[in-house]
Amino acid sequence: MDRLRDKIIPVTTLLALLVVGWYAFAVVLNGPFQRDLDRRAGEVPGTLEFLVKTWSQPKPTLPAPHQVAQNFFKTTFTVKPWSNRSLVYHSWVTLSSTFVGFIFGAALGILIAVGIVHFASLDRSLMPWIITSQTIPILAIAPMVVVVFAAIGVTGLFPKALISTYLSFFPVAVGMVKGLRSPELMHLDLMHTYNSTRPQIFWKLRVPASIPFLFASMKVAVAASLVGAIVAELPTGAVAGIGAKLLSGSYYSQTIEMWAALVAGSLVAVVLVALVGIAGRITDRAMGGRPA
Amino acid sequence: MIPEPKQAASMAEIKNAVIEAEKLGLTFHTNDGPVQALANVNLSIGKGEFVSFIGPSGCGKTTLLRVIADLEKPTSGKILVNGMSAEQARARRAYGYVFQAAALLPWRTIASNVALPLEIMGVSRAEQAARIKRTLDLVNLSGFEKKYPWQLSGGMQQRASIARALAFDADLLLMDEPFGALDEIVRDHLNEQLLELWGRTEKTICFVTHSIPEAVYLSTRIVVMSPRPGRVTDIIESTLPKERPLDIRETPEFLAIAARVRDGLRAGHSYED
Repeated sequence: MDRLRDKIIPVTTLLALLVVGWYAFAVVLNGPFQRDLDRRAGEVPGTLEFLVKTWSQPKPTLPAPHQVAQNFFKTTFTVKPWSNRSLVYHSWVTLSSTFVGFIFGAALGILIAVGIVHFASLDRSLMPWIITSQTIPILAIAPMVVVVFAAIGVTGLFPKALISTYLSFFPVAVGMVKGLRSPELMHLDLMHTYNSTRPQIFWKLRVPASIPFLFASMKVAVAASLVGAIVAELPTGAVAGIGAKLLSGSYYSQTIEMWAALVAGSLVAVVLVALVGIAGRITDRAMGGRPA
Repeated sequence: MIPEPKQAASMAEIKNAVIEAEKLGLTFHTNDGPVQALANVNLSIGKGEFVSFIGPSGCGKTTLLRVIADLEKPTSGKILVNGMSAEQARARRAYGYVFQAAALLPWRTIASNVALPLEIMGVSRAEQAARIKRTLDLVNLSGFEKKYPWQLSGGMQQRASIARALAFDADLLLMDEPFGALDEIVRDHLNEQLLELWGRTEKTICFVTHSIPEAVYLSTRIVVMSPRPGRVTDIIESTLPKERPLDIRETPEFLAIAARVRDGLRAGHSYED
């Protein structure tokens, strides 16, 4: 009951409002074109008929929710998952490079953080570059990376994963620097009284203390990784993936398909973030975390 | 135990001193200029003693403990622990340190927290288990091995941290206001237990506190300190017997010692005015 009141009702209310607003907005945006069509055909539709027409154009400016849902359902469940028309297939293509990029990004981020925490010189020399790297618009750099790699014959997963890595290492590096430095002075003193070596302090104190920071930053990183993979699919007319689907949709003004691909993309993001969250909660429980 | 006259306590006469400080001084360099945390501290602590350091905040009692533990380096004078430099003593794990807070690692169970120093010192698994059992028995925490720190009360957490300090059998126990954050009832109880533990293990204990009754109740010797600069103003030998029930605190003997400590603290303060 509590769950119903605290979570389900507020979420569904908001969703309902959103859908109603979306339909209204679809009328506003698709209306002018519909009026134009009607005038040319010499028709004078009633209000209701007009509304229905704005919600059922083949290439609307803003597709209505049910149009997107229909397309999403059709391209997800009614076609073979390995066919080029399936959103499952395209999601999988994007997901695989997101995943590879995320793993490398997280590993790179952790590595950088360990270096920064242990060597003061790295802290001073590396950190400004890391921050600078994130000020470069990814939309500008992604096509260049993809094109350069394509020129030397490397295409497919690798260049895309590289863009994901580029976006996802940053939050992990920043989060882990904070996490590895999170042990209190008292705990460090305690380790000192045992005459612990640096590796012992690292493994027995710094690493466990940094775990909550790791999962928090990985949630951000996995979402960034997905954005990287999609952006990397946009240039050079990638043939598969959610990004490619978005691009071809915009070429042929297939707005409904674009929106369906967007929905697929956000679903993938939700699943990824949730997976990291679940992994985080399992780890926390295993480390004696107080149940929330 | 027959208390020795005060003069006997003066330095060199204690044979096989566990801690020897000579003209010890420590100056911190802060942004507001140098702060003299310790000045000309001379002290000798023998094996098996229970010595309390008492004084107002800023008198350097914690700093002195940290110097003994080699967590802080003195800027002048000499400090010997077990006849060697504080650094060598720390390298040989000569002491167990109990902090103001329990400082247990939240991701480790009580047993595994007690095992932490043992793991670091490379004690075998079987030996670890035996020592965990023994030390948790010693602080009356048997049965809580698998609990996490947050599942224990503050007093129990501090007992676990004492168990951790005892686990590797150092002969010296350094305690920095270990019961300062606990309520009076728990504190009385832990004081009693600590005395009992001290009687059983014959360890040397250095105990920092700002409570006069606590210092008098626990100690064989009370070092009174005063601030600016941090220095020792008086060293008081306790005439209380080793066997000390809680109600000893109402005896005239106890009150007399407490009065002397209070006078010592007041005398130290008068420098400020």
